[in-house]
Amino acid sequence: MAQVLVVTSGKGGVGKTTSTAALGAALAHDGAKVVVIDFDVGLRNLDLVLGAERRVVFDLINVINGVAKLPQALIRDKRLETLYLLPASQTRDKDALTEDGVARIIDELREKFDWIICDSPAGIERGAALAMRYADSAVIVTNPEVSSVRDSDRIIGLLDSKTAKAERGERIDKHVLITRYHSSRAARGEMLSVDDVLEILSTPLLGIIPESQEVLRASNVGSPVTLNNPLSAPARAYFDAARRLKGEHVAMVVPSESRGILNKLFSRKAA
Amino acid sequence: MSLFGLFRRGSAPVARERLQVLLSHERSARDRPDLLSILREEIIAVIGRHVSFEPDKVQIKMDRGKSVSTLAVDIEIPNRDRVFGAVSH
Repeated sequence: MAQVLVVTSGKGGVGKTTSTAALGAALAHDGAKVVVIDFDVGLRNLDLVLGAERRVVFDLINVINGVAKLPQALIRDKRLETLYLLPASQTRDKDALTEDGVARIIDELREKFDWIICDSPAGIERGAALAMRYADSAVIVTNPEVSSVRDSDRIIGLLDSKTAKAERGERIDKHVLITRYHSSRAARGEMLSVDDVLEILSTPLLGIIPESQEVLRASNVGSPVTLNNPLSAPARAYFDAARRLKGEHVAMVVPSESRGILNKLFSRKAA
Repeated sequence: MSLFGLFRRGSAPVARERLQVLLSHERSARDRPDLLSILREEIIAVIGRHVSFEPDKVQIKMDRGKSVSTLAVDIEIPNRDRVFGAVSH
């Protein structure tokens, strides 16, 4: 049965699009049929992070308006044949995104895909509300930093009250994904630790993505980090997170870049 | 805590404590979204039973602290007739 997953955060710049691309590719890598949808109308970027920016013909709004059929707007990834992108439009008219339109598209995608991953825009306005509206589960991307944690808490409140599932009286499945984590700085008390963040948000952990130059390197070349350098620390952390999404039990560790003894010590402390 | 102590401990514990205080308030506000306006309406109704005043001359402020919060109600009452004598009638 199809799973609709929203990747959200409230705060901008914490890694929603990076995580959507990395998790989408990790799930598709194992053969699942995955579609990633960019809900950031007016400021699309998932196409760029996936390296599909020059292949966008039709977009989400075109499908909602009936200008294009859904299959015409879906872009198949060049590396993974089971990974598809539904890009956002660059229109400035955000009202073009309608609740009914989104509902129709999600229903149609549910028939064809195993995973429908909705990349939410920052904020709590229309785009963010509709990205989470029909989700079965949510990944809340959080940096170990006060403003990000506060916004995540706000988003958790919205997930529990404003989603279709919540309104039916069901519980939406929520997971926190901590990104840009420095184990060593957290161990020295310079940065909120994983335990701090989880205790404050009282939400289960999906994964810990270490701060790494591999993330920028991957977006520079338009490839999810899980495809660009699958053995890098952030990629391994995303692969683990993807397996947890599928319900597998994977021990929680912070992968480190090198096999140095110092790094090993730090990752053990943070786990 | 001295600056030196803060430096040695790292600033994360401060971040954690600030977040815990802030979010406990924000969560309770989320459940009762407009506590202040409910208080305002009911206070105006109660006081208005005994003295007359302009509803827009009522100021209600809440200051949320870590262990104690304060609620300040400031009502401007005009000095015509014996305002407080009215209570006994």
